[in-house]
Parts: sequence; structure tokens; C-alpha cells
Amino acid sequence: MNALLETRGLSRDFGGLRAVDRVDFSLMPGEIRAIIGPNGAGKTTFVSLVCGRIEPSAGTIVFDGADITALPAHRRVRLGIAYTFQITSVYAQLSVFDNVALAVQRTLADGRSQGRLRAGVMEALERVGLADRAWLPAGQLAYGHQRLLEVAMGLALKPRLMVLDEPTQGLGDSEIENFIALAREIAASATVLLIEHNMDVVMQLAHRITVLEAGRVLAEGSPDVIRTDEAVQRAYLGGGA
Amino acid sequence: MNGTARLWLLHAAVVALLAALNFLLPAYHHGLMARILVLATFAMGYNLTFGYGGLLSLGHAMFFAAGLYGAGLGIHHLGLGVPAAFLAALACGAALAFLAGVLALRTTGVAFMIVTLMFSQAFHLAILYFSAFTGGDQGLVLRPQQRRIETMLGTLDLTDPTTRYLTALALFSVVLFAMLAIVRSGFGRVLVAIRENEERTRMLGYDTFASRLAALVASGTICAAAGAAYGLLFGYVGANFASVQYSILPLLWVLLGGAATTLGPLFGTVFMYYVVDIASGYTSAYMLAVGVILILLVLFFRKGLLGTLRERWLGWLP
Repeated sequence: MNALLETRGLSRDFGGLRAVDRVDFSLMPGEIRAIIGPNGAGKTTFVSLVCGRIEPSAGTIVFDGADITALPAHRRVRLGIAYTFQITSVYAQLSVFDNVALAVQRTLADGRSQGRLRAGVMEALERVGLADRAWLPAGQLAYGHQRLLEVAMGLALKPRLMVLDEPTQGLGDSEIENFIALAREIAASATVLLIEHNMDVVMQLAHRITVLEAGRVLAEGSPDVIRTDEAVQRAYLGGGA
Repeated sequence: MNGTARLWLLHAAVVALLAALNFLLPAYHHGLMARILVLATFAMGYNLTFGYGGLLSLGHAMFFAAGLYGAGLGIHHLGLGVPAAFLAALACGAALAFLAGVLALRTTGVAFMIVTLMFSQAFHLAILYFSAFTGGDQGLVLRPQQRRIETMLGTLDLTDPTTRYLTALALFSVVLFAMLAIVRSGFGRVLVAIRENEERTRMLGYDTFASRLAALVASGTICAAAGAAYGLLFGYVGANFASVQYSILPLLWVLLGGAATTLGPLFGTVFMYYVVDIASGYTSAYMLAVGVILILLVLFFRKGLLGTLRERWLGWLP
């Protein structure tokens, strides 16, 4: 089976700082992959390169067999790469429905989905459990619900690769439980790339884990392998604990 | 009655009211309103980029003047008829907006204001420089016989007050309903989404540059239509319409009436035109009245007349 996403020597410099350093990365279809690492390890920069939000300094990105390194972000979204923002970024003035409608409208225009706008929006909202709040202004939603709205907008894009950037940040325990169930459901129809600080969530969800440190891949493997990896322990999980 | 029907009815009622005014207004105000309807059309064009697109341009005088001169020069030098001159004006406005947009839309915010202002100033100075062709600061006067449309049913004389008023109203109505359709379309929703959060919209798969460019071209075309109508209806093509004042006026009209409202530009233009008209009857410092109104606007009606109305009571207004 061919990888859905592959990067070769992917690098990004900010001035003198190399935020992402020659990363070779490969993601199989259907996988849930977590990216972990200390603050400033380059996790968000790495997924931003994948999504096209920033341009790489060197290296290539291949999605489903095609080189997308030079494609602008909106073209990558149309190919099926959806990104949910680390810092909640919904349209606060628009209703919850209209937020998701913008995503559905795009897939209808691209011919990636058929049917009616309203049905597409309500389906996405039902999957995250916000259907009963469809007509509220998004800015009036509780924080946890705004995070879910972010996910709903991603789902409505019918992605093949869903990039979730710290989706559980700021959520309560019960909300995190719900999120884990939701992420499993998303993984049934899309490959998931997850940046996450909460190690419980990572260990429960991820099929494989990539550990970044100082822009480089420090280790990669199944949750059990990563848990016992000495270098990872030193770099990230808190000394020799 | 559902929401869509209500909206179309409301806008149709406004147009009907304006049509009734044709028969009710005394001569002086009749002439003034014809002028206002053309300028309100200019304001609606400006509102598309400023209100809905969130792009503060200081260069829209250029698009108005492109229409004015596109039609005026076409008639004066090429001997075009009125319909051909009008179409030439639309083409001038669209082409200029496309060119300006490709370059200026690489910037946003203050830089966009400066770049559009520079383009517009360059356009103004070019009109003055090529005075042999454009009439320079004297401008060109279109003779009454150049402002007639021969149709199968007879001659449409644009110098006749009633014809002039109804022609201005026809243009205004077409643009008003086009604006209503645009802002309620998928394109209109994307435009507002880009204004609210460009990065998010990009990450939903939208080419934000292309959307803004399309909005600017539509806006430039509407402003050029207003400019062409102004020249054809009132017979004068002048360089002062390309000056920076005519970039700032539509901004004030739209702010006063309510940015990103379909009917706001009409109310803002009527209101300000009459304030200037009344105040100038008392004092030569009539801009003082405009200044006071703008201060009151900022203090109490930050979203303009219709914007405030929509925010407080009528949430369904487009």
C-alpha cells in the first residue's frame, strides 16, 4: 500500500532558526498518527507545511502520489487535506450553521459532495453533537463547543487527511472522553494526523507516534515502543521517569 | 411570507417609492434626486468591496471616472451612440479594476489604502496631462444631441428631466437587485467570510485572492456604470470626478448609511447630499455640518443608519 502523505527532507527556517529540520515522514491511509514533542519542537510548523499555510525552505511533500509542494493551501484543501486550528478560529459573527455551510458549499462547488447544502451541514453538526445549536452565533458557544465546531467544519470538507492541531486543549475531562470517541469515528473515513499534548489521549488514539524535538524526528513507533524509548523519556516525558 | 420574499418585497417597495417621487417632487428636488440615484449607485459599487469585502479603498474615484471618461471620450472622439458608449464605459471600469486589483490586492489594510490612492491619483493626473484629448481641467461637455438614444419606439432624450430621473432609477434598481442577489449568493457569503477571517476561509479551500479580485472587478464595473450614467445624464465629463474627493465621498455615504447593508448606500447618499444642500444655503462652511454628523455617527451610530437598525431591531436586513 502506498503512503497517503510523504515528506522528504522537509525543512523550514525562520531567520536563523531551523524550526523543521530535514523531516522524512510517511503516513499510511487509515492511520491515526500522533505528533508529540516539547513546546517549540516544530509540530505546528510541520503540519502547517503539510497544509500549505507556510512555504518550506527545502524538501518535498507528496500527497496521494502527487507532489503538492508548490500548491497553495486552498488547492490542497480541495485535494482533501483539512486543518483544524490550534487556536479556535471560527466565524464568531456567523451562526453555527453558516460556519459549516461555508465548508459544505466548497465541497459542493468542487463536486466532492452531492446533495443539498442543508443536509450536508446538519450531518456534520450531528456527528459532533452540535445540531441543536445550529442557529446560535458561533461566538456564543462555550469554548469546548467552539472546538467541536472547528472539527465539524473540518469534517464537512470531506477530508481524506484530517489534521487536528491540539484539539483537546482547554477541554474538560468529559469533553475529552467525547472527543476520543469522535476522533475514532473520524478515523473510520479519514486518515488522522494529530498534534496532542495530552498523553492519555495520544496513547488511547494513536496507532503510531512521531516524536519531534528541535525540528527533527527523534523517534517513531507504536505507543508501547515510544513509551519505553529512552531518548523520548529524556526529551519529553520528564527525565528518566 | 418567508424571508426571501420579504426581502425582495422590501427592495421593490423602495424602488416603487422612488418611482412615485418622480411625479411628486418639485423640479429642484427632482433634479437633485436624479443625481443622488446615480451617486447612490456609485456608493453601492463601493459598498461591495468596502462593506462586504472589508477592503478600504481610497481609489474608487478612478473607477467612477473610468466610466465617465470611457463614455464621454467614446462619444466625443469616436462618435459612439449612447448604448455603445455605456458598454465601453463598463469595459473600461472592469479592465481598470482588474489591473488595479491584480497589483493592489497583494496588499491589505493601510497598504491597500495607499496603493489604491496612488493608482487613483495617477489616473487623475493622467486625465489632466492629456488635456488635448480629455479637455484637462475644463472637461468635456456632451451636447444634447449626443445624449439621445434612437429606438424603434422613438427617441429617448436623456436631457429631459423625467427621462433622466427614470433612467437613473432604472440603473439604480438594476444594481440594487444585483447587489441583493450577490450578497445572498454563495459568492457573497464567501466574501463576508474572507472579511471576517481570511486565514480560516483559505483553509476551507477558497482562493481568497480570486474572490477579492472578482469583487473588485464587479465593484469597479458598477462604479463605472454610475460614472457613465452621470456623464450621459448631466452632460459634463470633468477631471474633478477623478480627484481624491470622489474616492472619499462614497466611503462617507456608505459609512453613514451602513456598510454591508444593501439599502444603506442609498440612505447615506440622500442624507449627506441633503445635509450639504441645506447647510450650504446658510453658510459657505457647509463641510462643518458634515463633520458634526460624522462625529455623531461615530459616537452613536457606529454601524451607520441601517447597520444600527439591523443590529438593534431588524436582524433580517441584508
